[in-house]
Amino acid sequence: MTVSFLEIDHVAKHFPAPDGGAEVCVFRDVAFSLEQGEFVTMVGHSGCGKSTLLNIIAGLERASAGGVVLEGREVTRPGIDRMVVFQNFSLMPWMTVFENIRLAVRAAYPSWDRRRIAGHVQRYVDMVGLTGAERKLPAALSGGMRQRVGLARAFSTAPKLLLLDEPFAQIDALTRGLIQDELIRMWSAGRNTVFMVTHDVDEAILLSDRVALMTRGPDARLAEIVDVSIARPRVRTALIEDPEYLRLRTHILRFLVEGGRVTTGEGRRGGDEIRGFETPLASLTSQA
Amino acid sequence: MTRERLRVVFLSALIGLAFVLAWQAFAGTKPAGKGIPGPLAVGATAWQMLADPFYDNGPNDKGIGLQLAASLGRLALGYLSASAMAVMLGVTLGLSPLLYRAINPYVQVLKPVSPLAWMPLFLYTIKDSGQSAILVIFMSSLWPTLANTAFGVASIKRDYLNVASILQLSWSRRLVTVILPAAAPAIVAGLRISVGSAWVAIVAAEMLIGGTGIGYFVWNEWNNLALTSVIFAILAIGLIGVLLDAGLARLSRRLAYTE
Repeated sequence: MTVSFLEIDHVAKHFPAPDGGAEVCVFRDVAFSLEQGEFVTMVGHSGCGKSTLLNIIAGLERASAGGVVLEGREVTRPGIDRMVVFQNFSLMPWMTVFENIRLAVRAAYPSWDRRRIAGHVQRYVDMVGLTGAERKLPAALSGGMRQRVGLARAFSTAPKLLLLDEPFAQIDALTRGLIQDELIRMWSAGRNTVFMVTHDVDEAILLSDRVALMTRGPDARLAEIVDVSIARPRVRTALIEDPEYLRLRTHILRFLVEGGRVTTGEGRRGGDEIRGFETPLASLTSQA
Repeated sequence: MTRERLRVVFLSALIGLAFVLAWQAFAGTKPAGKGIPGPLAVGATAWQMLADPFYDNGPNDKGIGLQLAASLGRLALGYLSASAMAVMLGVTLGLSPLLYRAINPYVQVLKPVSPLAWMPLFLYTIKDSGQSAILVIFMSSLWPTLANTAFGVASIKRDYLNVASILQLSWSRRLVTVILPAAAPAIVAGLRISVGSAWVAIVAAEMLIGGTGIGYFVWNEWNNLALTSVIFAILAIGLIGVLLDAGLARLSRRLAYTE
């Protein structure tokens, strides 16, 4: 058996209860893997712990059980090989666009001289269409422009793994599409391995090779991983008429609406558990 | 906005004028040489002093410019060294909740102590009045900056520190590019309070140690019963205080950021 590029090995996360009682389990037994160059998205309701899982992969939080292994090495702390694009952008507000990206480039390439760093930063500024806004502070930018800086900062370091934590959630719908296209372009150029978390089903299908579905939290589990076998490059306008896209969309939405309970394993919580996904897609999906 | 501003300036000038007129009227009721000197007498003294602010006729007769310069020199030494130490200590405490909570009780006890209360101890241990005065300034400007820095660093948004650790910034780079700029508004607010209390403390400290400085000048002129000089010195002290604060206000505007 070959070891995958990224192994999520039966990870669980517990939080101490606010009243000091028994620990609350956010999710447990989450196990899947990513191959190099793959784009995998996790979809689930708020509270299923998907952002927590992303933070565990980033090394910003510790798993309560299980572990994350990247290229054969266990993740124990944050590192520049795993860049995160945050939902709230997390740009340094006292730094200009250029300085924000330069901070990352400098950290990623400590041996480069000033000019080489500046040239590299400028390339990524141009790539996300922010030419001319280099000297602006984040506060002077719209949400969409800020996230472009976030993407440029993440891509500019050529990380082994890109972690996108609901990167488009705070961006208006029209801009979101544009930036998603930019993300696709940058990802196609470098073929970074990407793990994204979202609750936008369309976004998940548009961008991903596979979509991982989490059940409702607390005590959430990974229910299944759906393959998205729509050929790339995917064009948004053509996609909405693609029967494959529609089937996937229906399947995932139904999963989310119907409560998203696991169909396997011991019966938990009795009543609200649903059995199977009676959609024509059943053959397409692979049980995790 | 400009109209509003004009009204403020006008009203302000009116109040000032009314005060000066009332003061002059009140001073005029007493024969010359008795009671409080009026604004005209103070103005005459001010004119005389500002005409030659840097003369030096021996220990008890120096121009007001020299006296203020001596005070500002002490202030710079005591304030700058205290600020450097307060920021370093504050960053350490702000980054370590454990240390913060362990040290906080001591800071709370020392903070309300008038900086002048330390004077005898300094005089006894270092046996030099000039250095003791500088240490009094040090004590007066330590606590506000320390408390504000610790608070500012402790409340830095988690996200900024997360980015710093993802980028694996070295300790010094993290300090210079993330921690200090993020906490800068709080630190400068502390520095502003500190410079005010240092400037307040220095007058009293110089009255005690004698020799040079605006505080000594005030006391000396009181001994000479030169009340016009005392009043002028009070105005000068106030004015310098405003300038010091304005300088730091400018710094604070430069370092402020919106999220």
